[in-house]
Amino acid sequence: MSAPGASGARQFWRRLRTQRAALVAAVVVALLVLVALAAPLLTAIEGQDPTTYHPSLVDSARGGVPIGSFGGVSAEHWLGVEPQTGRDLFARLVYGARVSLGVALAATVVQVVIGVVVGVAAALGNQWVDQLLSRITDVIVAMPLMIMSLALLAIVPSSFPRPVLVALVIGLIAWGNIAKIVRAQTLTLKELDYVSAARLSGWGSWRVARRELLPGIAAPVITYAALLVPTNITVEAALSFLGVGVKPPTPSWGQMLTAADVWYQAAPQYLLLPAGALFVTVLALTVLGDGVRTALDPRAASRLRVGTGRKREAKA
Amino acid sequence: MSGFGGFALRRLVGAVVTLFAISVIVYVVFYVTPGNVAQITCGPRCSPAQVQQVAEQLHLGDPLYVRYWHFLEGLVAGQDYSTGTSVQHCSAPCLGLSYQSDQQVTELILAKLPVSLSLVFGSMVLWLILGVGTGVLSAWRRGRLTERLLTGITLAGVATPVFVIGLVLMIVVCGQLQLLPFPQYVDFTDDPEQWAWNLLLPWLSLALIEAAAFARLTRAAMLETLAEDHIRTFRAYGVGERSVIGRHALRGAFAPVIALNANNFGSAVGGAVLTETLFGLPGIGQELVHAVNVVDLPVVVGMVLVIGFFVVVANVVADVLYAVADRRVVLA
Repeated sequence: MSAPGASGARQFWRRLRTQRAALVAAVVVALLVLVALAAPLLTAIEGQDPTTYHPSLVDSARGGVPIGSFGGVSAEHWLGVEPQTGRDLFARLVYGARVSLGVALAATVVQVVIGVVVGVAAALGNQWVDQLLSRITDVIVAMPLMIMSLALLAIVPSSFPRPVLVALVIGLIAWGNIAKIVRAQTLTLKELDYVSAARLSGWGSWRVARRELLPGIAAPVITYAALLVPTNITVEAALSFLGVGVKPPTPSWGQMLTAADVWYQAAPQYLLLPAGALFVTVLALTVLGDGVRTALDPRAASRLRVGTGRKREAKA
Repeated sequence: MSGFGGFALRRLVGAVVTLFAISVIVYVVFYVTPGNVAQITCGPRCSPAQVQQVAEQLHLGDPLYVRYWHFLEGLVAGQDYSTGTSVQHCSAPCLGLSYQSDQQVTELILAKLPVSLSLVFGSMVLWLILGVGTGVLSAWRRGRLTERLLTGITLAGVATPVFVIGLVLMIVVCGQLQLLPFPQYVDFTDDPEQWAWNLLLPWLSLALIEAAAFARLTRAAMLETLAEDHIRTFRAYGVGERSVIGRHALRGAFAPVIALNANNFGSAVGGAVLTETLFGLPGIGQELVHAVNVVDLPVVVGMVLVIGFFVVVANVVADVLYAVADRRVVLA
């Protein structure tokens, strides 16, 4: 378990740096975040935006197939245009990165905040509080995320900004596992001497939780949260694919795939670009998540490496 | 064995309580929507008079707990619904009537259930075989090229959304290579062979994604077992590598695989919704998406409860199997 403070963070970075795959993944994630943040800049350089229709660029006689080779790739439209509408694909793709990453991160923040508050409260509260919160957590864990968010998105008012709504819905449904992890970890920490000392010296529960417990539960929470982000990306994409997540004109990778199968021959990149973007993003985040876990709990990783006959540990 | 019976019973009671809690939460959340339920129900083109009529039909004037009580009564004893001119009897377990078609939700679900069960359970057989098989192979060939390849492939599987692999499979197999026609659901009782052929791609799409998680878990659990002392003892006694891997190390992966199967069942059902929509299979997933799009609340609530029922039951079954597979589990 990493100690709180700067030395823990430095140790974490050192351990993360020794894993080549995690490092590559971290660079890819950083690039994706950069693309998402710089989306307006990138599209300005291209001279396009994600929502303008270009009816002159699609062949309405042939059902809206993009005119030109490779799905309408040109100096003005770097990755071609969307079938039927003629909207710029590059612009939709980079703005889609904003939606994907933004929704997934926001949902993760909601999950972590609720999970930590519920978990710590259950562990520190009296028996009744613990029973109540633990039973609620059990029920939350038992609810299938995709099904519940799909159903919930049916009834929420459509006036709300859709990406915020999707993030909130995912966050409000899937905090159960974090709460369980935090509760278990807090129960363990509570018995440790330094926490008992703080309690005996008359600190209130809130102060004990903030100053002594939060640093101790940070490692497992970060580990789990890092693996939640790719899951949330997939869920957002799936909901938008089904037509209940992020709605047009806001671009989203999942939503782009909804109609892609019809156009795969005329404009294959309309399928391949969002699919590839999703794949690379989720893969990079998963590898990074694995790396974070290894860096925060080296024992778990070395346990697995025993018997593999490899001597990677020697380098570290 | 009495300890085991008590354990199973306690799990069952816990499951019933969880289901009850889910039904309360789902009911409350869905019927205390911010908007005007009658208006949403009736649709945007309804006149105020029609909205008023719907509100009366739904007993919206009654307090929520009264309405929930009626809902429970319907589940246990059935209920009569007046649809303006005639009275329709909805026998237990009654989940209400569809706002859109006045069809009974229970009937609607029962009609669609065989499709979804075919998809999920057929796929489950595949993902367990594929996943555990891949995991065993990687543990056996650990440190070799095979293991690295398999690790890469499973990582790619973990990172691919089910609708992406389904889209690609459908386009490549049905569109480009034309090995199979585009799937069209055929009922098992009509033609078992056509049933299987048409479900092959949906099964594969769902299974490939799910299998990746099982391959990772099986490999990890087996490597962990291989590092234990009793395996060293087996080897010292001259037990061959094939037997060490196939019998003793694999045993260590049983319990985690069962636990993961229960844990992932909910997400697999979510994946089934996507698969059904993608391949146009007329299962409850497709129906749920449709009901969500037209805001047919009784159908949505009914579907969520039925799916929740299956997920909770899957967890109880897994808990019991887990206890059988791993005797170290404390039966408490």
